[in-house]
Amino acid sequence: MSIIVTERLTMRFPRVTALDSLTVDVPSGVVGLVGANGAGKSTLIKILLGLLPATEGRATVLGMDVATDGTRIRERVGYMPEHDALPPDVSATELIVHLGRMSGLPATAARERTADTLRHVGLYEERYRPIGGYSTGMRQRVKLAQALVHDPALVLLDEPTNGLDPAGRDDMLALIRRIGAEFGIAVLVTSHLLGELERVCDHVVVIDGGRLMHSSTTASVTGVSQRLLVEVTEGNDRLASALAARGVVVSRLGRMVEVEIGADTTHETYDIVRDEVADLGVGLVRLEQRRHRIAEIFRPGTPSPVTPEGQVHHVRAG
Amino acid sequence: MSVPDSGQAAQAALAGGAVAEQGVIHDIGYRHYDGPRLGRAYVVRSLFVQSLRNSFGLGRSARSKVVPLLLLGVMCLPALIIAAVVTGTKQDSMPLPYTRYAIVLQAVVSLFVAAQAPQSVSRDLRFRLTSLYFSRPLLRSDYVLAKWSAMVCALMVLLAAPLTILYAGALLAKLPVATQTGRFALGLVGALLFAMVLAGVGLVLAAITPRRGLGVAAVIAVLLVTFSAVGVVQGISASRHSDTLAGYAGLFSPFTLVDGVQVWALHAETSTQMAPPGTAGGLVFLAVTLGLIAGLYGLLLLRYRSVSVS
Repeated sequence: MSIIVTERLTMRFPRVTALDSLTVDVPSGVVGLVGANGAGKSTLIKILLGLLPATEGRATVLGMDVATDGTRIRERVGYMPEHDALPPDVSATELIVHLGRMSGLPATAARERTADTLRHVGLYEERYRPIGGYSTGMRQRVKLAQALVHDPALVLLDEPTNGLDPAGRDDMLALIRRIGAEFGIAVLVTSHLLGELERVCDHVVVIDGGRLMHSSTTASVTGVSQRLLVEVTEGNDRLASALAARGVVVSRLGRMVEVEIGADTTHETYDIVRDEVADLGVGLVRLEQRRHRIAEIFRPGTPSPVTPEGQVHHVRAG
Repeated sequence: MSVPDSGQAAQAALAGGAVAEQGVIHDIGYRHYDGPRLGRAYVVRSLFVQSLRNSFGLGRSARSKVVPLLLLGVMCLPALIIAAVVTGTKQDSMPLPYTRYAIVLQAVVSLFVAAQAPQSVSRDLRFRLTSLYFSRPLLRSDYVLAKWSAMVCALMVLLAAPLTILYAGALLAKLPVATQTGRFALGLVGALLFAMVLAGVGLVLAAITPRRGLGVAAVIAVLLVTFSAVGVVQGISASRHSDTLAGYAGLFSPFTLVDGVQVWALHAETSTQMAPPGTAGGLVFLAVTLGLIAGLYGLLLLRYRSVSVS
């Protein structure tokens, strides 16, 4: 089921075209919206919330038109802004109860949902203390809680891992995964870091300069490639030249050697690698079929990660 | 209940406590919400109630209660004294008309607007709470409506509380009920005009800047400086026998402006040195007052159209 559908969505500002005829279909689940700063991510979110009328084209969120049903959309959608948006002088509980009511929850329901939501995002005793004393990680959790308090059908998370340390980043990504998988809430999460989205998203949409660059399931992008990664304890150079001498296409990749399997169905390449490593008398640390990374979409010259289903289409080369 | 029984009960409770301590808190998982989602009207009402409570520090820290409640106390104190004197000395009229009360205590009213208008709107802008509001069902115009109404009501509480005390004093002193009720009602109408003008001035100035200190300074400057300036201009004009100029000078301060309307429309006694000249002057004062209320509200709407969400 499509959660968000845009058709030739265009947003022109006096100086810049933020969205350029964007047509994309976002399924439910956890969907990553990737793009560099200024790619049009925030503009798209504002249009989807019904807060910014598009110059051209149309968009629907949960089947409702953004141009006419903004209020109803915002009743069923949660939004976590990228920037800090929390007053320091109230506690997380007070703030979330108030914002729950601001989403239309009756007072009692707002209190119950606040307790539940703060527990789900991992805020416990500290929820009664003023927000001013919270760490960045805790503040991000409060921002996430206010987006979830009214049990939305969809949450729009704008750069939720910004400013977090690696551990905080992992926690936040795990939480986002849970929102999609356990809570059954559709998630659209933006990031300029591809590696993160690879880990939590079912689907990625890549936009650049306001245009759709790519939209596919994460699995299809990060599927196995026709390359082998070989790591040995020493003598990478000698191994590379020995393999090349046997007619195998080889390239160096840091401390490892990358070997093309090509259309090899007899696994002959594996045998050649095994034999050459044994002949050199070095230890074999790693021998694995490489997976594609989403980042390859951005790298010009890399073979496009086309899957047998042909789900991936480059709309525009990086 | 016998003693052994209660001992057993205590033991059972202890055992239960031990079990509870050993047990883990069960994560019952995510629960969806199936209850009612109340619409925009409810959301606006909730924001209004919260803003009104906050303007007296209710539901907030003890520190934020000090200023508004102190000012409310200062506002009511003279009324209490007057009421006590009137009741005690069996006077046959009120020494201070209801309609003059706000102007006599204009410094206190100004301080309240200066403290609470920025508290209400600058805070939301500074901490960008507005983006959490505007990504919810309410519209920007709903936000303005809720904040403005809350400020008007807060000022009404501040202005009407002492008037009510005066009225109670008048009734206790057995002054003519019909006359007093009529004057009290006119006093309330005047108070509403004061509240609407002052709320507009305070909120527009406070909404310009996310910095609360600047908002406070701007409101104090505009309210107190204009009031003093009008006094000076009226004094000079009157001493040179140009009564018309003195009368119209009252247009340039929110307090003297509303006072002019009260004098002309509510037949109140003026608190300034010169009331608006004649019917034409009265109409001008009324038009300017209503125009100012509408204009300031329009400026607020305009201001919030440009507040960004992300």
